[in-house]
Amino acid sequence: MSFEKEKYAALQREIDKLKNEPGALMPVMQKAQEIFGYLPEDVQRYIAKALDIPASDVYGVATFYAQFNLEPKGKYIISVCMGTACYVKGSQQVLDKLEEVLGVPAGHTTPDGLFTLNATRCLGACGLAPVIMINEDVYGRLTPDQVPDIISMYH
Amino acid sequence: MDLIRSHVMVCCGTGCSSSNSAAIIEEFEKQLAAKGLDKEVRVVHTGCFGLCQAGPVVIIYPEGAFYAHMKPENVERIVEEHLVKGRVVKEFLYKEAVEEDNRIKSLENVEFYKKQKRIALRNCGVIDPENIEEYIAFDGYKALGKVLTEMKPEEVIDLVTRSGLRGRGGAGFLTGMKWKFAAASVSDKKYVCCNADEGDPGAFMDRSVLEGDPHVVIEAMAIAAYAIGADQGYIYCRAEYPIAVKRLEIAIRQAREYGLLGEDIFGTGFNFDLEVRLGAGAFVCGEETALMTSIEGHRGEPRPRPPFPAVKGLFGKPTILNNVETYANIPQIINNGWEWFAAMGTEKSKGTKVFALGGKVNNIGLVEVPMGTTLREIVYDIGGGCPNGKKFKAAQTGGPSGGCIPASHLDVKIDYDNLTAIGSMMGSGGMIVMDEDNCMVDIARFFLDFTVDESCGKCAPCRIGTRRMLEILERIVEGKGEDGDIEKLENLAKTIKATAMCGLGQSAPNPVLSTLKYFRHEYEAHIYEKRCPAGHCKKLLTYKINATKCRGCTMCARNCPAGCISGKVREPHVIDTTKCLKCGVCMEKCKFDAITRS
Repeated sequence: MSFEKEKYAALQREIDKLKNEPGALMPVMQKAQEIFGYLPEDVQRYIAKALDIPASDVYGVATFYAQFNLEPKGKYIISVCMGTACYVKGSQQVLDKLEEVLGVPAGHTTPDGLFTLNATRCLGACGLAPVIMINEDVYGRLTPDQVPDIISMYH
Repeated sequence: MDLIRSHVMVCCGTGCSSSNSAAIIEEFEKQLAAKGLDKEVRVVHTGCFGLCQAGPVVIIYPEGAFYAHMKPENVERIVEEHLVKGRVVKEFLYKEAVEEDNRIKSLENVEFYKKQKRIALRNCGVIDPENIEEYIAFDGYKALGKVLTEMKPEEVIDLVTRSGLRGRGGAGFLTGMKWKFAAASVSDKKYVCCNADEGDPGAFMDRSVLEGDPHVVIEAMAIAAYAIGADQGYIYCRAEYPIAVKRLEIAIRQAREYGLLGEDIFGTGFNFDLEVRLGAGAFVCGEETALMTSIEGHRGEPRPRPPFPAVKGLFGKPTILNNVETYANIPQIINNGWEWFAAMGTEKSKGTKVFALGGKVNNIGLVEVPMGTTLREIVYDIGGGCPNGKKFKAAQTGGPSGGCIPASHLDVKIDYDNLTAIGSMMGSGGMIVMDEDNCMVDIARFFLDFTVDESCGKCAPCRIGTRRMLEILERIVEGKGEDGDIEKLENLAKTIKATAMCGLGQSAPNPVLSTLKYFRHEYEAHIYEKRCPAGHCKKLLTYKINATKCRGCTMCARNCPAGCISGKVREPHVIDTTKCLKCGVCMEKCKFDAITRS
């Protein structure tokens, strides 16, 4: 519980810093997601109250942008680049293989909470296409048969 | 100050960082210290050199030795041979950079760089982007000084207008005109914004400028602010670009420390300050009104124009928005004069354009060429053509708003108007090369899938229309296309283009229209013959075992997940095509090349 309290205290400090800036809502939500890892309903309500805006505004922004998560994420976030350069070089096959190996479709987290699989927009490493990122690690010039070995390194 | 005799430039752009250039820097520093050379050889973290294909890249000056695909374990030898004994290690050099007689070729003579002209990318790979003094040493902030102390705002606008510079982010509107409109608006507050929300899949020009030369954007925005009478700026940057954001923040801090941002800049009484705002992953926020709505802290939905942002923009005040590459040209136009800039390019498109060349091409990377360069020169001379001897099929430009250019238009001189005339557009500069293995119907589906996902939902033509188009395309690639589908697609496309509210919706049908124009036969083959000519669409493939080649090893049958391959040991096997999942495992496993796909 006190851990949770600390998080709210950290959020309040960020809000105090930002609240007088014009258009503070998104920067505040970005900080909140950094602190909590995602944006649960309680946190959204807290932000609405602190900034004195309707909770529906916060929810509206949270659901509009791909970056905001309403659910907790896995320990490892796998981002499969679906930019055009990666797509023409076979990123769909890499994604298919990941779905098969992890047993969850893109956009979901494995039941053990270990992996979240995402198909993302261009990561900008087109020279390495097709590319995936697992947290901060980048794997480039991939073929589907390399997928099981990469995943097993994180188990 | 120590005398530096040699500079080791290590690319720290996203591409090279992803293949671990940080470990290379660490190793260089360790080895140089061990040899006692750390006072005379400097390791510089630079921005992108452009040739991402060869990454991680290291260039050592004064020789200009271009080391490609560097590995930390090669560093020791380079230090020992090159930096201690002065002997370039040829086996590690980029192969194109070595002459037949074994001499080093200068970079300007390497095929990839020969036809390029670097203006927007001038400092990328040349300076340390985290050190303002290096930028200043390369004429940085000279243009701002000149503007503030010698020129009137209207003179600045006039100069930018005469240069013919057009927006590098999409529509190609004259930059000077935009500034003029905003300058003419009367208001107590005005804003200058920079669009760094580079959302086109496969485009990374702006990111490379921000990573390699962040001060150029700051300087140009200050110039723009002076020209229109603004004192506050925002850079709206993709959150997916952590390196760019970090370097921008460092650059802004340094500029403030040096008095180049803040109050009373150059003692002229001119005030200007800047803030970075992070996007949150919405493609529509690249549209100018949506971007401003997002900075204001709302859902990034566009609003109707007029009123144009030059009259009523961010927080309801007059605002100009230019993209990163546009700004990157400004200081040099001021320093070198509009005549210098207008002398490059074609009649209506001046200067250079940066393209992110990617896909099925040998030299993947960032390319800056004068407007009017042909597609053939970019794909073949600079890009080195398609790998593995495959045939070029099309180049896609303009991202989800653009189109596919077929081989018959390879000799078109690339500029804004010519690209529009052949059904594509300049866009922000992504250029994805496709070869004979890419199915153009599937590429159209891929882009529609993108726009459907990214449509903000505010207007019906885009929200509903693009989804209907996607559904038709999905049917076609699955072999369920029907007579009349092509006409339906064309009708929908026409309606959406005419009625959608913002640029995203209006241009969303372009990938379909351009592929229909040049690759209609591929659509027809999918619909009427249930066949994918490129052999890409899984549902339309059939796998067959060639009985004369099959040895009956049973490998395919044992690996088939559907259990649809039968046959006796040492006798030819057969695939039951009604049960086949078309996964291709049999073909991968066959050691005798007996399985074909058609």
